[in-house]
Amino acid sequence: MKFLFFSMLSGCGWFWLSLVAMPIRNPQSQIRNPIDSGKVVYDTYCLACHQADGRGVPGQNPPLAKTDWVLGDKTRLIGVVLNGLNDPVEIGGETYDNPMPAHDFLTDQQVADVLTYVRSHFGNQAPPVKPEEVKSVRGKK
Amino acid sequence: MKKVTLLGAVLSLPLLALAGDPPARKPVPPADNAGITLPNGFAATVLSDGVGKARHAVVAPNGDVYVKLNQLADGKGIVRLRDANGDGKADATTAFGTFKGTGLAIANGYLYASSDTSVYRYPLKNGVVDETAQPETIVTGLTFQRAHAAKSIALDDAGKLYVNFGAPSNACQERDRVKGSPAQNPCPLLEDYGGIWQFDANRKNQRQSDGTRYATGIRNAVALEWNPVAKQLYALQHGRDMLATLFPELFNNEQSAELPAEEFLLVKKGADFGWPYCYYDQQRKQKVLAPEYGGDGKKTDRCASKEQPIMAFPGHWAPNDLLFYTGNQFPARYRNGAFICFHGSWNRAPLKQGGYFVAFVPFGKDGKPSGPYEPFAEGFAGGPEIMNPGDAVARPVGLAQGPDGSLYITDSVKGKVWKVRYGK
Repeated sequence: MKFLFFSMLSGCGWFWLSLVAMPIRNPQSQIRNPIDSGKVVYDTYCLACHQADGRGVPGQNPPLAKTDWVLGDKTRLIGVVLNGLNDPVEIGGETYDNPMPAHDFLTDQQVADVLTYVRSHFGNQAPPVKPEEVKSVRGKK
Repeated sequence: MKKVTLLGAVLSLPLLALAGDPPARKPVPPADNAGITLPNGFAATVLSDGVGKARHAVVAPNGDVYVKLNQLADGKGIVRLRDANGDGKADATTAFGTFKGTGLAIANGYLYASSDTSVYRYPLKNGVVDETAQPETIVTGLTFQRAHAAKSIALDDAGKLYVNFGAPSNACQERDRVKGSPAQNPCPLLEDYGGIWQFDANRKNQRQSDGTRYATGIRNAVALEWNPVAKQLYALQHGRDMLATLFPELFNNEQSAELPAEEFLLVKKGADFGWPYCYYDQQRKQKVLAPEYGGDGKKTDRCASKEQPIMAFPGHWAPNDLLFYTGNQFPARYRNGAFICFHGSWNRAPLKQGGYFVAFVPFGKDGKPSGPYEPFAEGFAGGPEIMNPGDAVARPVGLAQGPDGSLYITDSVKGKVWKVRYGK
């Protein structure tokens, strides 16, 4: 756990770099915290479609709460954020039709933070995502 | 006090049930108007509690109500509700048609129904739809598109069929909805989408290329209707999304929730309403340049020459059906006016959502609104504030008028169908 904390601290430089490129309407946190910065990314780029409670929009934008798409394979999840998704998704008997736009303009750190946030909110409990994992998936594109 | 009242209510319930009302022959609206609120003098009954994922509806001359489904139920995509004893509740339900979709209309002796890639029609015999007939294919081979796929339809009185070709895009960026992705200029999607196409209502197996582009620059018009009095085509556009998400330096969440307007359009042949280059700002009362094309929320540029809406509504309310009331049952002021079904927003988040009601717009003899819009039927969502569309108990999606002048409203969540009457 301690190791995890330190490995995240080391991502600090990336975070401040990304701040320059990222428009933040409410810069609050001064201390590096992946959950806080993940929430900023979520509110800026994800919330409009997936909604404040992560439950999505029936028939259009899939939920992020308690679905294998979020809790399961990290590689698939990172890939969806980076490359988008053009096929309909079926979750719990409901089909979601809106395409997911690619978010490859986010930094590895931002993708890791937002996924760490999503995987630990909306009733989700799954391990964090590290920037190295995002980098690895981005490289395979 | 509350406890006593509650106890009384619980105790009296079995007694009421035992009393057993005689079978009603006239529509007797439940005291709560079936979960919705209406202006004084109007009352609603529930024709059906749920037919499935309902979209548009139409009523045949014999009073049968047809509802199009956006998801097949037991393999069928059109539901017929018949209220033989006239108590306001369907007592016979059948289904036919093996395609899902949105559009439904009755004209020149046929029931027209659309999937997202075709338009079909079934013949009427003595005012009754022949559901056993093999449907004729009128328009076919349309490209399957993910976003804004609904092929809503309208028919005029001169044998023409109008079909919505929604743009499979938010604002014609090279990569749809991707922040920083440049706009395509000119927008190539306008060749095949983002407009209303006109077809021969009686010719079989037409491709899109057999039709003509009747009007352009319309992002998506799920609400599309021919006005038989004004003899003009009308539509409502779903305005673009995500101004704040894509351009946080220009728009805050409040502006992004209100803008752009949902536009009520009088669609004349050859009209260009400006999508994706322009959007209507209801506060500035003008079309302004979209930020993807260099706009800053104020610049009008090429948008000054685009066709203006006849009325503007707050952003993202999702107008999904339009009906011009031609009946005699409702008070005279409703005659020839427009009912508009607002399915309800999702793109107003993180602010509370809006829409989820049926509006009425009075019309003058000039075929234009003669006054502001007013709420007609409300309360579908089941709460004063909806934050997530998934919390809405019901979402109004389709409108139809019965031969007796009653108004029918469909819901997309469970497929509930209300029948609204005026007077006793």
